[in-house]
Order: sequence, then C-alpha cells, then structure tokens
Amino acid sequence: MNRQHTLIALGMTVALVCLAGCEKPRPVSVQRGFRGTGMEVLYNRPKLDALYAKNQLPEVQSPASPDGPRAGDVYQNVQVLKDLSAGELARVMLAITQWVAPPDQSCNYCHQGDMASDALYTKVVARRMLQMTRDINTNWKSHVANTGVTCYTCHHGQQVPAQAWFIDPGPPPVHGIVADRGGKNVPAAIVGLSSLPFDPLSPFLLEANDIREQGTTAAAGSNRHSIKQAEWTYGLMVYMSNSLGVNCTYCHNTRAFGDWASSPPTRVTAWYGIRMSRALNNTYMLPLTHTLPADQRGPTGDVGKVGCGTCHRGAYKPLFGQSMLADYPELAGPRVPPSPEMAPAPVDARAATGEVAGMKSVHDSSPATMVAGKPL
Amino acid sequence: MVDVVAQHAHLALTSGKHNMSGYTNLFSRVQIHTTEPYPGVPLGRGNSARDGKGTMSKLLGRIGDAQIGPIYLGATGFASLLFGLIAFEIIGLNMWASVGWSPVQFIRQLPWLALEPPPPSYGLHIPPLAQGGWWLIAGFFLTMSLLLWWYRMYRRAVELQVGTHVAWAFASAIWLFLVLGFIRPVLMGSWSEAVPFGIFPHLDWTAAFSLRYGNLFYNPFHALSIVFLYGSVLLFAMHAGTILAVTPYGGDREVEQIVDRGTASERAALFWRWTMGFNATMESVHRWAWWFAVLTTLTGGIGILLTGTVVDNWFLWAVKHHVVPSYPHVFPPVTDPATLPGSAP
Repeated sequence: MNRQHTLIALGMTVALVCLAGCEKPRPVSVQRGFRGTGMEVLYNRPKLDALYAKNQLPEVQSPASPDGPRAGDVYQNVQVLKDLSAGELARVMLAITQWVAPPDQSCNYCHQGDMASDALYTKVVARRMLQMTRDINTNWKSHVANTGVTCYTCHHGQQVPAQAWFIDPGPPPVHGIVADRGGKNVPAAIVGLSSLPFDPLSPFLLEANDIREQGTTAAAGSNRHSIKQAEWTYGLMVYMSNSLGVNCTYCHNTRAFGDWASSPPTRVTAWYGIRMSRALNNTYMLPLTHTLPADQRGPTGDVGKVGCGTCHRGAYKPLFGQSMLADYPELAGPRVPPSPEMAPAPVDARAATGEVAGMKSVHDSSPATMVAGKPL
Repeated sequence: MVDVVAQHAHLALTSGKHNMSGYTNLFSRVQIHTTEPYPGVPLGRGNSARDGKGTMSKLLGRIGDAQIGPIYLGATGFASLLFGLIAFEIIGLNMWASVGWSPVQFIRQLPWLALEPPPPSYGLHIPPLAQGGWWLIAGFFLTMSLLLWWYRMYRRAVELQVGTHVAWAFASAIWLFLVLGFIRPVLMGSWSEAVPFGIFPHLDWTAAFSLRYGNLFYNPFHALSIVFLYGSVLLFAMHAGTILAVTPYGGDREVEQIVDRGTASERAALFWRWTMGFNATMESVHRWAWWFAVLTTLTGGIGILLTGTVVDNWFLWAVKHHVVPSYPHVFPPVTDPATLPGSAP
C-alpha cells in the first residue's frame, strides 16, 4: 500500500510539474476558419482586458472654429498645418502637447521663446512626424483604412514611442577562427526567446529583402531560397505575431502559409503594413537620425524605427480599432492640394520606386513616388 | 482449443489469490551479486582483451544487471570515442568561445548556442573555419565516430555468434543522420541546407525546414515515419506492459517462453486475443518492434531526401495528387497584392 501511495504521490508531482507550463486561466479560443481546421486565435482574457484598459482614447480637445484666417497666414514658419484656421492650429497643438510632450514642459518641449523658431530638434522632428501622419492617412489607406493614425497611436503620452525598434547588433562579435553565429542563436525577446535571428526587422522593414521563401510549384528546381532565409522570415513573423497579440492563423491558413487563396484577408492588410513600415523608415525616420539627440539612438547609433509593434502595441488593431480622425480631421491629410515643396522627399530610391510603387493600384498619388519622379 | 479451456480454468482458479499491484515494481526486486564477476565467453583470435574485471553495483542492479563490465573497447571502439570526443569538443569550445569564454553565460545560453553550417553563398566549397569550416570538421568526426561505433557493434555481434539486428537498426538511424547532414546537402549543392549543432537551433531549423518546403506534414514519408515512431511507442508500451503483467508467472523469462510456452505466455496471448482478437507471439512481437523502429528513420530519411531535391512544396505536391481536402471558403477571396498591376514582387 505504501508503495502505491508513493507512486500516486510521484505521479501527481509529475503532473503538477507538467501543468506549471500551462497558462491560467485557460485561453479563449476563437474560431477563424472552417471548423476542424485549427484556424483559431487564442486570447488570454485577463491579459486582453488589461491591454484594452490601457488602450483607451485620451480626452478630446474642445472643438475650434474652422473659420477665420489660415494659420499659415497668421503665424510664421507654419509649413504643414497652414491649411488650418488659427483656432484649429491651436487646438491641434494642444492635442499634440497632451499626446507627446512631458506634462512639466508642455509647449516648451518644442517651442522656446520665438514660436516660429526651429531651434529645438523636437520641433523639427514634430513637423516631419506631422507630414508622416498625413502621408499615412492619405496614402496608406490599404493598411490603416479610414481608421487612420494620430500622434497618440504610437506615442501614447510618451516622447518616444515605447515600441520603436533599433538595429540589434547582438552580442559582441567573435574574431579569428571562432565560428560565427550567423546573426542568430542567442535568447532574443523579439523572436519569442527562440534561437531565430535576433535582428529580424532590418532586412525586411528597412531593406527590401525577400520575405517569401516557399515555392509556388510542387516540383523542385526553380526555388533557390535557403532554409536559413526561412529562419529570417520566421523571425519577422514571430515579431508580427507578438506585436499584434495574435497567432499565425490570424493572417495565414497554417496548412499552407504561402497560399494566398486560402489566407484570411488580414494577410493583405499585413502585407501593406510591411511595405508601409519600410517606406516610413526610409522616408521619414532615417533622415532624422542626426536630428535626434544621441541618447535617443540605438546601440549602433541608429534612429528609432517604425515596426508593427510601434502602433499596434500588442493589439490586433492599434487602440483596438478606435479612430481618432473624426475628432482630428486635420491629421487625416491636407485640405488643399499641397505645394510640391511640402511633400516629403524620399531618401531611398528603393522605397520610392519598388515598394511605394506597389501601391499604385490603390493610390495613384503617393507623394514619395511623385517627388522621386520615377515612372510608375 | 483444449489448451485455451484449460488455461481459462486455471485463470479462474488463481484469480483473487494474487495481489497484482504487488508486482508493479519500479526497480528490480532480485539482484544477483557474485563474488567473482562473470568475464563472459572466451574470445576468438584477433580480438583485444576486455577492459576491466567487472564490478557489482547495487544501485545499477536496481534498474538492470548488477554486474558492470568488463567492457570490450577494442581499436574501433577507442577510435570511435576519440572521434566523438573531438566533434564534441569542436562544437562545445566554439559555443563557449561565442560567449566570450564566460562559464556562466555558457551554461545560461547553452540551449540557444550552436555551431552553424556555412552560409548558402559557400555552396559545397570549403569555407573558412569561422564560416562553417568548424561545422564541416565536427560533422566529419561525428560521422566517423558513428560509423566506427556501428562497425564495432557489428563485429561484437559476429564474435558472440548472434544476429546483427541491432547493428542494422542502428544503421537505419545513421541513414537519417547522414541524409540530414551530408547526402541531402550534397544533392542540394549547399552545406547550408544541413542542420546546425545546437539544442534550440536544430529545433528552429526543423520548423524552418517545414516552412521553407511547404509544410512537411504533407510529405507522405514524413507521415510514415510518424506512424512508425508513434507505433513504436505503442508497441513498446503494449509489449512491456504485457511482460510486466505476466511476471508473476515467469513471463520475464521471455526467451524460455518462446521455446516452452508456459502459463505466462499463454496468459499474455489470451489477454490480447480477448482484447483485440489478434495477438503477437513471444517471438513475433520483437519482429514488430524491430521493424517499426527501423522504418521510423528509414522512411524519415527518404522523406528528407526527397525534400528540395524532388519536391519543393509538399502542400502543392499533395494538392496535385489529390491528398489535400478542400474546405468551404470562409473568407472573401484574397488576391496576392504583389501580383496587382504595378506592384513590386
């Protein structure tokens, strides 16, 4: 009998140890495809509730009259929001202060003395970010739809978005004859603590490397992508999954990851999201590298960059799909056709020709492509 | 038929007499300790001497034979261990060097560390040591170690005048190892296709392999391999459970029971005959087990070998051959945005 008790106790201990890896409470499984095909998305209710509570919209500034003289005529050195009335400009400035500036600095965070002065780097960056916001809301509807973005989407009351990303140089490089780690094989949080490449964003959200590695024919012969390339794509996908708080099945039919015909439409949105991040990083973020102070740059001296997590912050849609554009239509885009010098100039021909050009069918007037002057 | 009836009556007589749980042991209850360890049968010409005289271990006797050694190492055994050690050191020291020789970081990061095969750009050329050269050398020594150990296993079986079944089963495992690390990379023309030496890295490689080649679950040889792997586990549980269950009747003396079927063998057979109509015999169950084990890696190796060399996308292969069921569309039709006019690939 004693032996039996010992066995039972041992068995229960083993069972408890096994359960230690389980999530409590049990995640909620949401069906996302035909029944029985494993197309499910898992949610942890308390974590989701906590995330939802953190993603509420800030208090809306009281409305301003759209009438009266334009801000560009009243104030000096207004380059982006000059199509607003003076009252509207003041209102948007108040909102931006609420969304981005530290409470103890308020207007002084960007303006010092002469309001027209560009002496502070924060004002120069803020202007560029306003142009970026309007660019996103006008030219990237394929990704942001009519929900759009505002400063708050990424900044969330902080001066630097919490989930901007930097190039990860990894551990100190080895020298001589010691085997190179090939950009992987360290516990990296960005790839879910797997041994996958620890900087999976630079090749795809900065450079335009091939994300697709699966073949489109059954027979071998034409597809030269390597397994190592698949590991980089896999790393990017883990990042995307974590950024949106979703499983692979949110965008893919996991029996055929590459097959578009059986993919949920969310995959198309994500496809444009990758192109959007890449274009924003090359057009807006990289040129700001030396405008920003050194302590805001990454370990390799690079500028903070846009990725899926920057806006999404763990939610399947930023702010769980709540739009702020109805309250701040000024950020949705210019009300009058912009003059050519107002359009942001691309710094990277690749961003202009290759990836933004891909948007042509949806938007014919991407400022980046127009300025680049390259044939579409 | 008469036998069965007799056995059945015997069962009825003895039921209730035994407390069956009393035989549910984790450890051997009977250990044989001798004052002079048994040296084993005399060896023929051309054999080295056995190393050691043998000793008794009460602790190991609880899970196996109490006598430890003497061992027959021989020249091949020595060379195999030496080559294995060289491979182990090349892998381990490179891992340790990659964390700046920090013992703490080496232990903390060990599951993540790896010795990677060369990057794809090297194809089948000999790369510098830091770019996969060490991987090639480690792979060579590990392969030599395995092949020598296989030969040693084969030789020992021949010397003992027993069958070479274990050696051929081991050869099946070596086949899968060679396909993964040598034969397939050579056919693909790139060392980079091979598996890294590392704990998590080889697991991530496995996932990436399946992702790259369009879902390995549609590879029929992968499916067969899984069938035999899980089948092996099932057979192992059935056989081991059956033998343990008939231990009170001497069922653990399996070999004798093959020749002279006693009550244990009959009961074991009856149990399965009553449960599922069919039963293996004391001999045939081991044929089942051997073939299931051997076919696991044999079919697995074929499946890996065909991947990338013959089939590039296993899902599309399965579609072509009408293996894939089609389900009703739940989502509105989706078009690859890269195929839209004016789009970059």
